[in-house]
Amino acid sequence: MTVETNLKVTEQDVRSFSASKSEPEEFTNLRVQALAAAEVLPLPKPDKTKITSWNFTEFPVHSTESSTYSSLTELPEEVKSLVDLEQKNLYIQHNNTPAYASLSEDLKAKGVILTDIFTAIRDHADLVGKYFMKDAVKAEEHKLTALHAALLNGGVFLYVPKNVVVEEPVQVIFIHDDENASLFNHALVVADTSSQVTYVETYISTVPHANGLANIVSEVIAEDNAQVTYGAVDVLAEGFTTYVNRRGVAKRDSRIEWALGMMNDSDTISENTTFLIGDNSVGDTKTVVVGRGSQKQNFTTKVIHWGKNSDGQILKHGVMKDSASAIFNGIGKIEHGATKANAEQESRVLMLSPKARGDANPILLIDEDDVTAGHAASVGRVDPLQLFYLMSRGISKQEAERLVIHGFLAPVVRVLPIEGVKKQLTEVIERKVR
Amino acid sequence: MSTLVIKDLHVKIEDKEILKGVNLTINTGEIHAIMGPNGTGKSTLASAIMGHPKYEVTSGSVTLDGEDVLEMEVDERARAGLFLGMQYPSEISGVTNADFMRSAINARREEGEEISLMKFIRELDSKMETLDMDQEMAQRYLNEGFSGGEKKRNEILQLMMIKPTFAILDEIDSGLDIDALKVVSEGINQMKGESFGCLIITHYQRLLNYITPDHVHVMMQGRVVKSGGKDLALKLEAEGYDWIKTELGIEDETVGQEA
Repeated sequence: MTVETNLKVTEQDVRSFSASKSEPEEFTNLRVQALAAAEVLPLPKPDKTKITSWNFTEFPVHSTESSTYSSLTELPEEVKSLVDLEQKNLYIQHNNTPAYASLSEDLKAKGVILTDIFTAIRDHADLVGKYFMKDAVKAEEHKLTALHAALLNGGVFLYVPKNVVVEEPVQVIFIHDDENASLFNHALVVADTSSQVTYVETYISTVPHANGLANIVSEVIAEDNAQVTYGAVDVLAEGFTTYVNRRGVAKRDSRIEWALGMMNDSDTISENTTFLIGDNSVGDTKTVVVGRGSQKQNFTTKVIHWGKNSDGQILKHGVMKDSASAIFNGIGKIEHGATKANAEQESRVLMLSPKARGDANPILLIDEDDVTAGHAASVGRVDPLQLFYLMSRGISKQEAERLVIHGFLAPVVRVLPIEGVKKQLTEVIERKVR
Repeated sequence: MSTLVIKDLHVKIEDKEILKGVNLTINTGEIHAIMGPNGTGKSTLASAIMGHPKYEVTSGSVTLDGEDVLEMEVDERARAGLFLGMQYPSEISGVTNADFMRSAINARREEGEEISLMKFIRELDSKMETLDMDQEMAQRYLNEGFSGGEKKRNEILQLMMIKPTFAILDEIDSGLDIDALKVVSEGINQMKGESFGCLIITHYQRLLNYITPDHVHVMMQGRVVKSGGKDLALKLEAEGYDWIKTELGIEDETVGQEA
């Protein structure tokens, strides 16, 4: 059964929203065309999860007004703890409202741009025009990418010019505290030639329930010899239908590293793809997941190699409890001509209850002879011998299980570069697996 | 003084009976060594005392100062004072050696009485030095990627940090070169004292050149068949086990064979 509801949003709605943000005509047209495409395009087909009956199109309201923050002291407590005091490079969005932005004078002087997506669309039309939904994600791929482009109502733009090395991480926080808000957020991160940057975003719901949609797209462009580390912790409330697509394009000698902590309580379809276009490019993707309740989730991680001598690493660790279910698709694809490419992946799922379901599907698609590739996958319970070992030192069963689970999810926690975010992820894990 | 008493212990794995009535009494202040060829039930005894999930005790008793050990969960046994140095320690990814050891120490302490980080680090550093272990091993994940020798040293490090009343060391010497063996023995010897008892399980007399046992026992066919002093170990080293088999009329010493 396919829910082909006609969208409730009309072309006129899109045009007037675009006008309210003073968007250039080109961008308005992009939205209008995408809306038309969304009417006819099919949903994506995440392998092994049937989503045709999921609601991706109906939501209470397209955009909401929320308060801005004139200083960090006004932040809600649970958000305050995410931010290090000395954090200078920070963007905060409150539901759909750009609410706080700061960037160090030094980085401003070097030409770094950190701004909400609307400002970027208006004031940096050349850069946005060059990168927005061009090489990483295209609006006309399927219904959800088209809807995203048509309804984009938030997000952030980060640009790092040639040869600029941003030492401190750039932090972005999306606060959700309006049950009726929907998040069509777009993060566009561009690292120009030989630049380096670490970007860490957090999605945090401070209300227990959501009625809206989350249709989130991130695009990361690493130009030649650039390095981008992209950390994300998603903690969106139950009730959202979440589609999140994070993609990167890695050019020659560049490197994109992902560290994704997927802690939503909502049903979630997640795609994380890295295109290793350039020779010697590296894509390293680490994802950890905790599923609980009756959550249904699908995590598809892809690394696609075109570049010679490109290296792709996929690590996915999922913990499933209650009657939650999740599919973990890992795809390493080596295109013809990508000689000496290396595609490795590891997917492991830990089940904490008999009703939980987890499915790890490692897939290698190789169209070139001179390559190396490997995969490992496992689905199982906490190893009784590990528990015996820990307990034989006096550690209680509960604490032993906790140690094993935290250890299992450590690969992402330990690489997040912002202490507050690291701590929050640890706490969320603690709360979810308890 | 504390006493660990093993009485007529019968243990099976799946449906096979491995231990067929083991009797042994260990007091603090004593070092006992259990020797014996492969397949005679030595490691089963060690694992069963600690409560390994694969082994089932079918009859007999293990008591620690009169308390029924077999009624206790594995962690309770440990907190009551038992320690098992394992032949094949588990690898646990994502949990650092240091964090693990601190959790183990704090599991024995009341809330609010946890060991201070400074004191813990000082103690860890000095024990690691004794065992000739690289300091960076404290921050590595528990046993992950450790060589055989590193795992054995790490077991002894835990022993020294946790300071149990009774340690059972299951083939702690296998696979160690002579330098590592000396270092591991030095660690165990540092533990010796009035409030510490030890049961060392080994194939080889070599370890006993560095650690002097007060009592030596020989296991065959799932029982302790001979006990003696240090001299027994020396005789075994010189003459092997055949004289015991002859003396007791045993043809095949492994479990499953009857005298």
